Amino acid sequence: MGMKISDQSFEDRTKSGIEDLFMRENVQSAQDRLRSARLNAAEDMGDWEEWRKMGEDIRNHTIQHLDYYLKLLSDKVSELGGHVHFARTPEEANEYITQIAEEKKAKSVVKSKSMVTEEIGMNEALEAVGCEVLETDLGEYILQVDEHDPPSHIVAPALHKNREQIRDVYQERLGYEGTEEPEELTRFTREQLREKFMKADIGITGCNFAIAESGTVSLVTNEGNARLVSTVPKTQITVMGMERVVPTWKEWEVLITLLARSSVGQKLTTYVTALTGPRQKGEVDGPDDFHLVIVDNGRSKILGTEFQSILHCIRCAACINVCPVYSHVGGHSYGSIYPGPVGAILSPLLGGYEDYKELPYASSLCGACTEACPVKIPLHELLVRHRENMVEKEKKSEMSERMLMKMFKFGATHPKFYQLGVNAAEKVSREKDIKRGPGLMNNWTQSRDFPAPKKESFRKWYANRKQNGRSSS
Amino acid sequence: MRVSLFITCLSDIFYPEVGKDVVEVLERNGCQVDFPMNQTCCGQPAFNSGYRTEAKESAKHMISVFEDAEYVVSPSGSCVAMLKEYPHLFDEGSELRKRAQQLANKSYEFTQFLVYVLKKDDVQSSFHKKVTYHTSCHMTRLLGEKEAPFRLMEHVEGMEYVPLHKSYECCGFGGTFSVKMPSISNEMVEEKVRNIEESGADYLIGADCSCLMNIEGKLKRKGSHVEVMHIAELLNHSSKEGDHHGNED
Ligand code: SF4
Repeated sequence: MGMKISDQSFEDRTKSGIEDLFMRENVQSAQDRLRSARLNAAEDMGDWEEWRKMGEDIRNHTIQHLDYYLKLLSDKVSELGGHVHFARTPEEANEYITQIAEEKKAKSVVKSKSMVTEEIGMNEALEAVGCEVLETDLGEYILQVDEHDPPSHIVAPALHKNREQIRDVYQERLGYEGTEEPEELTRFTREQLREKFMKADIGITGCNFAIAESGTVSLVTNEGNARLVSTVPKTQITVMGMERVVPTWKEWEVLITLLARSSVGQKLTTYVTALTGPRQKGEVDGPDDFHLVIVDNGRSKILGTEFQSILHCIRCAACINVCPVYSHVGGHSYGSIYPGPVGAILSPLLGGYEDYKELPYASSLCGACTEACPVKIPLHELLVRHRENMVEKEKKSEMSERMLMKMFKFGATHPKFYQLGVNAAEKVSREKDIKRGPGLMNNWTQSRDFPAPKKESFRKWYANRKQNGRSSS
Repeated sequence: MRVSLFITCLSDIFYPEVGKDVVEVLERNGCQVDFPMNQTCCGQPAFNSGYRTEAKESAKHMISVFEDAEYVVSPSGSCVAMLKEYPHLFDEGSELRKRAQQLANKSYEFTQFLVYVLKKDDVQSSFHKKVTYHTSCHMTRLLGEKEAPFRLMEHVEGMEYVPLHKSYECCGFGGTFSVKMPSISNEMVEEKVRNIEESGADYLIGADCSCLMNIEGKLKRKGSHVEVMHIAELLNHSSKEGDHHGNED
């Protein structure tokens, strides 16, 4: 599938998002739940701001020395007998992975949740060489069963579906006969998956954090499926975005704490899995073969730019869970597997402005995302940086807007001219509000009234008052 | 105390009464208020749309307009947050950055100024109505001011305050966002207005004309009975002396 999930225009996507009242209800109730869970979890921590600052510092330091830590990680993994492959592009990553599948004559692959494998379209590549890929994360599994419905959220990919809808999908595609009770649905999913786990030739996982000092890959899941994926099959491949590295276990502890509390409001997500290389002598489990694929796909180009801090992201989705725009349009409207504020920044960086030029404008700049981000990425500011890029570097803004802004500048820097504008506004003053405005203003008046300018502007009132000797001096 | 009023373009043209209320409240509390006539717009519409060059020019103009002010006070958290953004527009170490920083340091949103500079939580107003309050995003998140309006409202005699469900949520204004993404903006203000109506309040108080314009526009379109009022007007309101403390309008 790749990062892009739709060929529809932004307008069409958001229109269907807004009209999908079921989806919006699902999204909003999930957001409310996650929001209060996160706030409670943060409160438990005592000085949450102090933790955020620590998180920010760790991420800042690591990304600044990314080459150093990646080298350390890679050396460590090799020392343990694992194989490390740096992939600059999705094609390079997929080529490496499919090659392993072919060498192992693999028929079936089991997978735990991973955004980066979605980003590079790995499933399709494996399927093209005759490998069956099975998603084992509950949410991803549901989407896979539902004819590859794209994810709408980075932590809970099937957030847009409620349990009745999930039951229907199972009924239709898998002959499920149970109810919509979550326990029953989960049990059914487990039964479906278990058998396939045992037969799988390759396990593929994502990576929340890779610890450089020990060469360890750590994963957090709600269902423990990552553990099965990484212990049952003989061959294991972990795919990670190149920014997912942490220096040592000490920093890991801070980040995992921030991640668990920010994403689902838990002290720790139910399962934290850590894998260190292939099975060593004397160990009872672990794969015979371990491959770590480190994906760049445009990330290194972000280094050293004004957007570098987006590489600090730990994919907790807190920004998505508080975003009012996301809440009304849903994840699919963003047209990318990365939705919400983080997606509005990341998608144009990784996929280009052509496909994602509207995303930076799909924000009222309310700053709820910035306030929620556990590693203090100034998200709403980065959205403005994108807008600046489009205006100043890409020249993608509309002619009419550029004209307007030229006039704006002139008015704002020439008080006499500005005064003329105020006088003109006074002239068109009227009693009633404006119900239908011309041009751009119509976008406003379609759904709300616009106030008419007042007969006497403040400045005129003030000037008169002063003349009448009522100034306060 | 000498105070220079930054009225903001929106108030100047559409809500001049807010400016009058600000002037009267400040004067009653011992300030000399002056209004530099050369002031224009803070530049936020350009800045937020990505027109940094244009925003910089507005900033330069406003920096010189308020150069001699002792304090700059404005009835808008959002526009004050923009003034505080000015230093970032200019190169580090430059003269303009220094001057921008000076302006940022002496700029206050109206309720902040009352509470932190004048040290007044009680400005002797009264209002016998049921109200709720809209916490504007730029005021609370960019400017970081969550307290001052509430401290003042607590002392308004006779007023009943009812909380607003999801008060933290944006009203959907977002400057050019409201006309660039009208359908999304509309859904946001729809929700806001629904929560306001369900609060049972007769008045919605706020500290930012831009949010209030958006919310009021929606309330009116829906024919709602809830009225919108800027906090300056509330604080200038006295039930004892008729409608208003002031007598000039
Ligand atoms: S940008 Fe911040 S809040 Fe959003 S997913 Fe990344 S770490 Fe979490």
